[in-house]
Amino acid sequence: MDINLLRGILLVLLIIGFLGLVAWAWSRKRKPDFDAAARLPLEDDDGKVPGREEGRT
Amino acid sequence: MTYNDKVVRQFTVATVLWGIVGMLVGVLIAAQLWLPALNFEISWLTYGRLRPLHTNAVIFAFGGSALIGTSLYVVQRTCHVRLISDALAAFVFWGWQLIIVCAAVTLPLGLTQAKEYAELEWWIDWMIVVVWVAYAVLFFGTIIKRRVSHIYVANWFYGAFIITIALLHIVNNVAMPVDITKSYSMYTGAVDAMVQWWYGHNAVGFFLTAGFLGMMYYFVPKQAERPIYSYRLSIVHFWALIGIYMWAGPHHLHYTALPDWLQSLGMVFSLILLAPSWGGMINGIMTLNGAWDKLRDDAVLKFMIVALSFYGMSTFEGPMMSIKTVNALSHYTDWTIGHVHAGALGWVAMMTIGSLYCLVPRLVGQKRMYSDRAVDLHFWISTIGVVLYIASMWIAGVMQGLMWRAFNDDGTLTYTFIETIAATKPYYIIRLLGGLLFFSGMLVMAWNTWKTLAGGKAYDEEVAEPAYWGSEA
Repeated sequence: MDINLLRGILLVLLIIGFLGLVAWAWSRKRKPDFDAAARLPLEDDDGKVPGREEGRT
Repeated sequence: MTYNDKVVRQFTVATVLWGIVGMLVGVLIAAQLWLPALNFEISWLTYGRLRPLHTNAVIFAFGGSALIGTSLYVVQRTCHVRLISDALAAFVFWGWQLIIVCAAVTLPLGLTQAKEYAELEWWIDWMIVVVWVAYAVLFFGTIIKRRVSHIYVANWFYGAFIITIALLHIVNNVAMPVDITKSYSMYTGAVDAMVQWWYGHNAVGFFLTAGFLGMMYYFVPKQAERPIYSYRLSIVHFWALIGIYMWAGPHHLHYTALPDWLQSLGMVFSLILLAPSWGGMINGIMTLNGAWDKLRDDAVLKFMIVALSFYGMSTFEGPMMSIKTVNALSHYTDWTIGHVHAGALGWVAMMTIGSLYCLVPRLVGQKRMYSDRAVDLHFWISTIGVVLYIASMWIAGVMQGLMWRAFNDDGTLTYTFIETIAATKPYYIIRLLGGLLFFSGMLVMAWNTWKTLAGGKAYDEEVAEPAYWGSEA
């Protein structure tokens, strides 16, 4: 098989893969999970302000 | 269970310290370009030896400490689990510092592989491999132990940074040692050039971009107290960025012995790179959408948003400079130096500074830095410094490019090389001033960090219970 045909096939596969990724990311089904994931940096301290007395050294 | 914040504190202090050292060396060599006598005729103070010391110090000592430190903070917080091993964490910290010290000794001595950003000799390269593998085990081991099903996007960027730097470092540094002071690269000729700039550009792409994007995806939402603008965009951003960056390296070798098709390929991929770069910038800046008023009095957020703006600027400038006809003017001129510092000072350093101002108080149980006014002062000093730096280098670079390509009617060059250097001198003075301003800002930061750390108490924060495991729980 001609190597250029392989290259063409690879290009098409990569484009399909990218479009699939976009479709996956924007699917309605995944929205609640992503919304929860986006809150991870905000929820990592239990909503409590770090206080000296509750920590240990 | 508590978080291991000790290693984060260590890396944070190291970041500030190496930032000061690396930028001081930068200021010195900028001064040498204006006044060459400032090398005092001492071999290890000459420009050729200090320049690699400057780049290694700011990229790997300052930037590296910032990336490793924040990644170890972020991975614990977003996975709700302590690092897998305290001993390994200590090994990574002290190992990395030892490597920095070895670099600081060997580079001024003139021991170098003569590969840009990979100057360190073979035995230091081996030390980097060992410490980097330990770091990877520490980071990914902690992710494996996580108590939340989802791996937060910041960790994806940090993870890509760790894996890719391991790959780049090993491939580019394959060499045959002669003795402790000398080795020969396995590659020759155009292949050597291509491997070097595959490494060099991806060091920009994965060390100075992906790693700091990881920082951005955690600390911008944290400081703004709002989730990232679009989590979906962050996923597409990640895959598009890491997929495309790998192929842009040849743009460093336009009009060289590198095959022409490869130069064009590098240019095309560099142009495509604009899309994911700006996707990430928009995602970061738009996180403040609906809360722009926070920018009015939060200097920490100002640092972050200005960093993202410089990121947008330099990722527009980069693709433009990769166009062969533009590159014909810009290459080998100070325009390149201006471009690099728009990214290095504007994006990397300002994002690091902003993130550390968010992080430092939290490491000692405080809500904010010791002095908000000092943060604001630092912000303005460094912003003015960057602007002076890059504006002077733009003017100098375009001027040099135009003078070098000017011909008389009879085909001879209009200007001798020394005339272009003489014409550049005023801009070198402005650049020195800009660099000095940025450097002084780091001193303000060191004072503020010292006061904040001294005013709090070092402790390991209790691990927060995760709010949920995942969709199935």
